[in-house]
Amino acid sequence: MSDLHSNTVAFVAGSQIPPSPPPAKDRGAVKWLRENMFSSVANGILTVIAALVIITAVPAILQWAFIDAVWSAGSLSECREIAAANGVEGAFACWAVINERFNQFLFGFYPNELLWRPVLAFVLMFVAMAPVLFRSLPKPMLWFSAAYPFLAYFLIWGGLGLEPVESSKIGGFLLALIIGVTGIVASLPFGVLLALGRKSDLFFIKTICVVFIEFIRGVPLITLLFVASSVLNYFFPPGTALDLILRVVIMATLFSSAYMAEVIRGGLAALPQGQYEAADSLGLDYWKSMRLIILPQALKISIPGIVNTFIGLFKDTTLVSVIGLLDPVGMITPIRADSNWNGLVWEFYVFVALFFFAFCFCMSRYSMYLEKKLKTDNH
Amino acid sequence: MTDATAAAAPTARSTMTVSDEVAIQISKMNKWYGEFHVLRDINLTVNRGERIVICGPSGSGKSTLIRCINRLEEHQAGKIVVDGTELTSDLKNIDTIRKEVGMCFQHFNLFPHLTILENCTLAPIWVRKTPRREAEETAMHFLEKVKIPDQAHKYPGQLSGGQQQRVAIARSLCMKPRIMLFDEPTSALDPEMIKEVLDTMISLAEEGMTMLCVTHEMGFARQVANRVIFMDQGQIVEQNEPEEFFLNPRSDRTKLFLSQILGH
Ligand SMILES: Nc1ncnc2c1ncn2[C@@H]1O[C@H](COP(=O)(O)OP(=O)(O)OP(=O)(O)O)[C@@H](O)[C@H]1O
Ligand SMILES: [Mg+2]
Repeated sequence: MSDLHSNTVAFVAGSQIPPSPPPAKDRGAVKWLRENMFSSVANGILTVIAALVIITAVPAILQWAFIDAVWSAGSLSECREIAAANGVEGAFACWAVINERFNQFLFGFYPNELLWRPVLAFVLMFVAMAPVLFRSLPKPMLWFSAAYPFLAYFLIWGGLGLEPVESSKIGGFLLALIIGVTGIVASLPFGVLLALGRKSDLFFIKTICVVFIEFIRGVPLITLLFVASSVLNYFFPPGTALDLILRVVIMATLFSSAYMAEVIRGGLAALPQGQYEAADSLGLDYWKSMRLIILPQALKISIPGIVNTFIGLFKDTTLVSVIGLLDPVGMITPIRADSNWNGLVWEFYVFVALFFFAFCFCMSRYSMYLEKKLKTDNH
Repeated sequence: MTDATAAAAPTARSTMTVSDEVAIQISKMNKWYGEFHVLRDINLTVNRGERIVICGPSGSGKSTLIRCINRLEEHQAGKIVVDGTELTSDLKNIDTIRKEVGMCFQHFNLFPHLTILENCTLAPIWVRKTPRREAEETAMHFLEKVKIPDQAHKYPGQLSGGQQQRVAIARSLCMKPRIMLFDEPTSALDPEMIKEVLDTMISLAEEGMTMLCVTHEMGFARQVANRVIFMDQGQIVEQNEPEEFFLNPRSDRTKLFLSQILGH
């Protein structure tokens, strides 16, 4: 090669010079900062402002939430004394109230000696969810998942030898989870059916689905909850009144399945017509082609929207406080009314917010994991 | 198309036989899209073992015609009998016919969420109720035939277009169809992939499969077809043996079409 070149080309380097490192402004942290933080004057100004805000806010928040905070005390005034003794001036978090009312936040007025039951139900919930969420686990575990709703009902409400617990005693995060998880689990299949119904050729089914979806979506959840708490009773013969929690669960499920249906319809519409045709041409009937070909793909496309609806529903469970159920937010009112703790506000909402954030964040993470796992092209 | 395929034509075709048994009988079939009359008075009889190539200008109704045969489209008048079963709105008849008729599409339409092997075993398992083991063996047999057994555990998105189309053919064959429909199977492919798909189709023809193929691959038509059908404006304008069809086209429309398609 080089022989040939030396004859035809005037100058060819005899050896290769190793590449020099890029100049400092194009390297590592400096490069990253230049590209992401100071790419233009406006961007630079925003970066400086944001940095100032963070520098002032974060230490103050840390000071309030941790350094000056009081963790155990019997009342707000006791909290203040402890803080003053520690030389705290200004605002501080009195987490003692959360500490003292922890069980109420978790379980409402569930009898103390029976608390092991909802705790057990909570732990078993993860066992039941695991095989559904992670397909690599052994299939027979799904039998437990299928039995779990009955088991959980039995544990929480009692009966069959277990001491019964009234619905009015159930509250706090237990209530939020009952409504949220049941709503989430039930709204997905309902949503799928509604979405398929809306695309159906059968006029009657299609009309029902369209009317249902449009009506439920067009009405605020609060109205539905009021209907659940008052009006619904008129529709049942006297003496057969459904439990209030059950009625609320039904309403929440209907509400989110209407949203779910539209999300899934988007996924169905995104599938190329060819997938339907290929399934048809292979002789698959409607339900088989939906189950094996269409829905797996449509649901995969809809994952972000579905999880969005789940998260929305889970946070909307706090609305049940409006009809007098004692979910975590509803729980705050009676605690604040207690003269011992009168005057506290922030601590409650921060605590409740953190709880909801933790659950919603997990859902969001799981959906990202699932999307990645189901990606079947280019890897 | 090329000299090589044209020269090979008579020998390849002579090994294929056509029986007297009727596979598809279409009589006085008409179809409308709303006001638009797509198919007019189609009469077509296909015997078992026939290889028919359908060509014609874009929009002439070629796709619509073959899609009527497995009821991807519904016809409004006339009669279509496939393998002795008449196509009516009776779902049972449609299912029977779809089991016997395989179809390959221009854009392959593989199921992207399933592996190649799963694509091939899905219909046998769920429609024919074949045990999984057996379905997998059959699938591997056909994947070997289309020369991609080593890709069985990949996903369609990881294959080239030509490979995907061969998988699509294998997928149809796994249902052991008696008739195969092809709708422009090579027109979404690069030239070097066209050959591998056509080779697959040629070997299928040599085994005596009844085939209806919409294609503009005239080399393929010369080599394997025993009849070429020319369609225009929803009608069958002309049909003949390939030699006659290409050398002595009868109607002016056919001449014009052939001069356009063979001209460049
Ligand atoms: N769903 C539909 N609704 C209305 N018109 C349609 C529909 N599908 C096809 N057509 C029309 O019917 C005619 C025939 O379509 P067809 O797809 O059968 O043509 P083709 O011969 O296969 O053309 P190409 O070579 O472009 O594939 C075209 O004019 C097309 O516009
Ligand atoms: Mg076409």
